[in-house]
Amino acid sequence: MTTKPLLDVRDLRVTFQIRREGDLPWTPPRQLHAVGGVDFTLNPGETLGVVGESGCGKSTLARALIGLVPATGQAEWIDGRDLLALTPRQMMKYRADIQMVFQDPLASLNPRMTVGQIIAEPLTTHHPGLGRAEVKDRVKAMMQKVGLLPNQINRYPHEFSGGQCQRIGIARALIVEPKLIICDEPVSALDVSIQAQVINLLIRLQRELGLALVFIAHDLSVVKHISDRVMVLYLGKVMEIASSDDLYAAPQHPYTQALLSAVPVPDPDFDVAESVVPLAGDLPSPLAPPSGCVFRTRCPRAQPACAEQVPALMGEDHLTACHFPGPLTEEEITRARQTEAA
Amino acid sequence: MALLEINDLSVRFQTNDGEVRAVNDVNLTVDPGETLGVVGESGSGKSQLSFALMGLLARNGRASGSVRFDGQEILNAPPKLMNRIRAEKIAMIFQDPMTSLNPYMRVADQMAEVLTLHKGMTKREAVAEAVRMLDAVKIPDAQGRVRLYPHEFSGGMRQRVMIAMALLCKPRLLIADEPTTALDVTVQAQIMQLLADLQREFGMAMILITHDMGVVAGSCERVVVMYGGRIRERAPVGPLFSAPAHPYTQGLLAAIPRVDHQGDELAAIPGSPPNMTRPPAGCAFEPRCPYRRAECATREPALDGFDEGRARACFAPLQDVLAHRETVHLAEDEAAIASPDEQDEAIPAAAIAGAGVAGTPSTVDKP
Amino acid sequence: MVIQQDKMQSLAARMAEDEVKGRSPWADARKRFLRNRAAMAGLVILILVALFALFGNRFAAWSNEDLDFNVMGQVATMGMPSVENGHYFGTDDLGRDLFARTVQGTQISLMVGIVGAAIAVIAGTLYGATAGYVGGRTDQLMMRAVDILMAIPYMFVLILLLVMFGRSIAMLFLGIGLISWLDMSRIVRGQTLSLKNREFIEAARATGVPAWRIILRHIVPNLLGVVAVYATLLVPLMILTESFISFLGLGVQEPLTSWGALISEGARTMSYGTLWQLAFPLFFFCITLFGFFFVGDGLRDALDPKDR
Repeated sequence: MTTKPLLDVRDLRVTFQIRREGDLPWTPPRQLHAVGGVDFTLNPGETLGVVGESGCGKSTLARALIGLVPATGQAEWIDGRDLLALTPRQMMKYRADIQMVFQDPLASLNPRMTVGQIIAEPLTTHHPGLGRAEVKDRVKAMMQKVGLLPNQINRYPHEFSGGQCQRIGIARALIVEPKLIICDEPVSALDVSIQAQVINLLIRLQRELGLALVFIAHDLSVVKHISDRVMVLYLGKVMEIASSDDLYAAPQHPYTQALLSAVPVPDPDFDVAESVVPLAGDLPSPLAPPSGCVFRTRCPRAQPACAEQVPALMGEDHLTACHFPGPLTEEEITRARQTEAA
Repeated sequence: MALLEINDLSVRFQTNDGEVRAVNDVNLTVDPGETLGVVGESGSGKSQLSFALMGLLARNGRASGSVRFDGQEILNAPPKLMNRIRAEKIAMIFQDPMTSLNPYMRVADQMAEVLTLHKGMTKREAVAEAVRMLDAVKIPDAQGRVRLYPHEFSGGMRQRVMIAMALLCKPRLLIADEPTTALDVTVQAQIMQLLADLQREFGMAMILITHDMGVVAGSCERVVVMYGGRIRERAPVGPLFSAPAHPYTQGLLAAIPRVDHQGDELAAIPGSPPNMTRPPAGCAFEPRCPYRRAECATREPALDGFDEGRARACFAPLQDVLAHRETVHLAEDEAAIASPDEQDEAIPAAAIAGAGVAGTPSTVDKP
Repeated sequence: MVIQQDKMQSLAARMAEDEVKGRSPWADARKRFLRNRAAMAGLVILILVALFALFGNRFAAWSNEDLDFNVMGQVATMGMPSVENGHYFGTDDLGRDLFARTVQGTQISLMVGIVGAAIAVIAGTLYGATAGYVGGRTDQLMMRAVDILMAIPYMFVLILLLVMFGRSIAMLFLGIGLISWLDMSRIVRGQTLSLKNREFIEAARATGVPAWRIILRHIVPNLLGVVAVYATLLVPLMILTESFISFLGLGVQEPLTSWGALISEGARTMSYGTLWQLAFPLFFFCITLFGFFFVGDGLRDALDPKDR
């Protein structure tokens, strides 16, 4: 590694205090580890895909990086500052560098504000000295850039379709010229044909502006398409990080393999039943995660050792957190099917 | 004879913003035991189609045409008849299981209620049958879990409970409206597998409504593709994917990112879906279509058969579409730039809200 | 190619176009409201009542303070409504012109209602929005304070206030204002809590918009719908409260009057056969309440179409 990473995250943890209803005020709350120690680096201009099923902590991770939920650990920015240790006032400076695009295109826009006001808000927050005309010019230029008609500046969000609303959201994120954009499921609420437009737009803008992206999604095919590297999360822990090509061609972690096998392929000749590796049982409660490797309760390869020791994330470029990494054998897949059927 | 025969079915909604033509002149048949996929994006009318034939349209909606189930006309049939048919012949499962499960009733009681009401079973028999059905949908420890409340199940399990409930009276047709959209991929794979197994076991026909081409490819025999409230293409699943005959189908397939392919830029369809309060004069896909010609803007193409079990509604010659001989090159951003006035408004919220109302269980299960 | 050229030209034309004016959610709501017949009827009634209160005195032949000695003592026979002697609504048992008295009562009652509701809207909205948005311990403290104030039987306190500090209209405003914002703050807080987790608030927080600006720019405008509806329903409630107090004889003091006081008087003199003394104030009182309720209902339908 010669370049200094834009963001170097080490042991990031987010813990929520859960109070059950009816608990007395002095009962200690239960700890929910939404993100349980995540390490990764992100280079300038790079796209990191984050995948995982619901409840794996991927959205919480995004909110922690941007300071919406309190987190512990370290997130070193390219200038050497630890973002998680900053006071809110110090953080202000970095908020313009890290922007976010949200999942629900319409819900992430204030229905009572015009498109122009929405896109201008980050700009007026971070550069209060700008004149009205200047702000308007910049907003119009940005609208043009994301494929919106600049003369629509006075319209309201409800007058736009889902895909266009997401373009507005992207314009709002880009207006302060950030270095990193965190996209939290930006296309999962959109139709397939619109989804492709937005993905292409993101890729184009990223190349033009040299942005780094953290792209969070549950759809593995979308992530594969846009990402340079991909991180797989399960129950708040990293299972595997590798370059996109590597991860999809040769997944090492049993969970990644199961996840990949379950993606429906739009090809009728593809035999789904032949390829799917079923996962036994349900996702364990994050309030009481399994000891050792969190995936062991559903892993076709689980050994007694898995229950005792937490596997470390190991490898050179292709990192895997598993005591026994490697492709699943026929035998293991058959065994997984049998336990599923039973 | 076909199990379900839909002729010239149209659905209209009266809203504050004018009439929404959600479904237009749809013709369809479903044979006993087969799986028909209905694919379309939001606003294509695919869900309203199923609501119409179940008699579950929102109050501001009207359906016209004819729907025959087993030779019997069921469109706009009296509520009493529809209730019997919904309980015994046609079952429906929804995207969100909680819409059809009563959160304040134990699963056992909810399932038993259906059986005691429609099959005249005693409570004890009904509960036993409910447990058998929960077993059939592979819920572990069905005997114990039948006493739980719906919220005590996980998302995937809840969907299984809903499927079990839909199958209680051994329906001959199951309508599955986006059954796996709210679920994770690993759970989705399980549920789709389960549906296929159950279908074989009970010999029922299934209409699978979805936006996901991947799901269709894995589970359907025949597919209809809807856009702007009309059927654009009808084909057996093999040819649909290998040689899509309608420009929209072609565009849709090209726009899907795939895990099994190396790809660079996705071929997005430019523009946005049409606003069905003010549908275009001609083909609704015309503004986004790379094969469009003069007549497309003024006339609506008819759905014409051209091969064994295949039909398409398009003016562009089949050979041109198959050979990708496009008439116009559309820049990807062009139509995105088009003003909302013309085409880009989504369907008015009132119509969508109405659709939600239609799906609530109070109208589904009450005799 | 022809099509494409057309398209390009129209595109170019559109690009050059002036800025398109948006259709704001408020404009949409106004359209829905204007189409609602009951609400429009209510609005017309309210406007007429307001005009009556503002300009009624110009048409009155008598001042509200003058006594008509011609009818004094024989109100039941001479004081009935008539155009000839200028007592359009008749007179009360002292011979005062009921038309002028009703105009005065309408002014006072409407003022009480509107001032009470205004206090509720301003204090309640800001208090509730702040509590809801800040959350945590602050929220707990602020809302428990509201609970405590609510636990006090306000009618009792109000009566006590009026008895102790004398019956004055200022005291009445103060008393009604003190209690009216409590409900409002609770409603607003609840709405704020649900708004707070919406993605557009998160988006604003993520960019670093300061809290007070989020409250003023993002939360309050989205609350206004609920607040407007509740406020229109609060005005008649305030009028009712005032009338009740006045009916008990503790409200506004002579020579001032209000609907409540007039109705109370009318009810007392009903047995003398001077029914008009009750009928006219009661009529205005009822149509105003109806008007407000219809308008409130209409506003709710217009501002929140999904709730129908």
